[in-house]
Amino acid sequence: MYKSYACTMIYAILIYLLSGVGSGAEQLDIKYDTPVDSMNIRVMDYDQLKPLLHQDNDTTYVVNFWATWCAPCVQEIPYFVQLDSIYSNAPFQLVLVSLDFKKDYVRKLMPFVKERKLENYVLVLEDNRANYWIDDIDQSWSGALPATLVFNGERRTFYEQTFHHVDELNEIIKPFLKN
Amino acid sequence: MKHLFGKLILTLFTITLISAISPVDNAYKIGDQAADFSLKSIDGKMVSLASIKGVKGYIVVFTCNTCPYAVMYEDRIIELHNKYAPLGYPVVAINPNDSDVKPGDSYSAMQLRAKEKSFPFNYLIDEKQTVYPLFGATRTPHVFLLDANRYVRYIGAIDDNAQDASAVKINYLQDAIMALQSGNNPDPAETKAIGCTIKVKS
Repeated sequence: MYKSYACTMIYAILIYLLSGVGSGAEQLDIKYDTPVDSMNIRVMDYDQLKPLLHQDNDTTYVVNFWATWCAPCVQEIPYFVQLDSIYSNAPFQLVLVSLDFKKDYVRKLMPFVKERKLENYVLVLEDNRANYWIDDIDQSWSGALPATLVFNGERRTFYEQTFHHVDELNEIIKPFLKN
Repeated sequence: MKHLFGKLILTLFTITLISAISPVDNAYKIGDQAADFSLKSIDGKMVSLASIKGVKGYIVVFTCNTCPYAVMYEDRIIELHNKYAPLGYPVVAINPNDSDVKPGDSYSAMQLRAKEKSFPFNYLIDEKQTVYPLFGATRTPHVFLLDANRYVRYIGAIDDNAQDASAVKINYLQDAIMALQSGNNPDPAETKAIGCTIKVKS
C-alpha cells in the first residue's frame, strides 16, 4: 500500500518537474491572472536543471541562456519565440534559462516575462557553481551570454553567439527535426 | 530553383556568421607568452606592459563600464590593485567594447567612470579591438594573470561569487597570485564564469 503510494508520489513529482519546462496551457492561464509580485517563477539549481538538458526522447530542445541585463539576449528572444511558433505542431521545446540576478527577479525579470508572454518558456538558474556547470553544459562555452544549446537525444550542438534572424535559428534546427 | 538558391545563400551566410564569431583558436593558453601591446589610457598616454616597471606580473582584466558583471566586480578590482600592486602585481584594465555598439563604453565614458570611482589602476581602451582577440577574451570581466615575462599563468574568473562579494568561497585570482608568489603553478589555472559578450563593431 505504502509502496504504491510512494510510487504515485514519485511519479507525480516527476511529472511536475518535467512539466516545469513543458508548454502546458494551464500554467499560462494561471500565471496571466496572477499579479506580478506574487507570480511564480521556476527557480532551480544546476542539479535540478541538468536532467532537463539530458532528456532522451524525440523532442528537439532549444535551450537559450539569457538575462534581462544582457542586451543582445533581449534582442534575440523574439526570434526564439518565432521559432517556437513555427514548430508548434512538431516535437519541439523552447526553454529560456534566465541567469538574472536574484535582486532583479521581481523588479526586472517577472515584468519582462509577463510583458513578452514568456511564461511557458522561462526558468531561472540560481547556482553559484558557474565554474562547474558552464563546462558541464558545454566545454566550449566561455560563459558569455547569450548562449544556446540545441539537443535531441544524444545529438547536441552549442552556440556561443547572438542570433539576428529566425532563419538563422531555423537552419540550425531543421537537421534535428529530420532525424 | 530560385528557392534553392536562396537557401544556399542563407546557409552560406549562416556558416560565415558562425565562423566569424567563433572564438579564436590560436588565442593564448596557459603557458603561452603574451605579446606586449600599447593601448591608450584614460589619461591620454599610451601604456604597454613594458612601461609598467619593476613588477612580478600583471593582472590583465578585460572589463568595461556597462556590463552588470563588470560593475559588480568594480570595487573588487580596485581592492585587488590596492592589495597586489605593492606586491608587484598591478591591475591593467582593458575595455574591449566598441563604443558604437555600446556608447556607455566610450573613451570619455571610461574617463568619467574612472574619475567617479578613482580607479587606482591603468584603464586602457582596445580601440581597434586587436588586443582582446589575441588573449582570447570572450566576456567582461575576463582575467589573465601574467608573470613578469608575460607568460600566461591563470585565465578566468576573479572569484566564485559575482553577486555577493561577502559570500565568496574561492578567490581564484588571489589564490593564483599566491601560487606564483610561492613559485607554484596556479591550481586551478583556468576557471569559467558568466559574463557579458564583448561588443564587436558591426
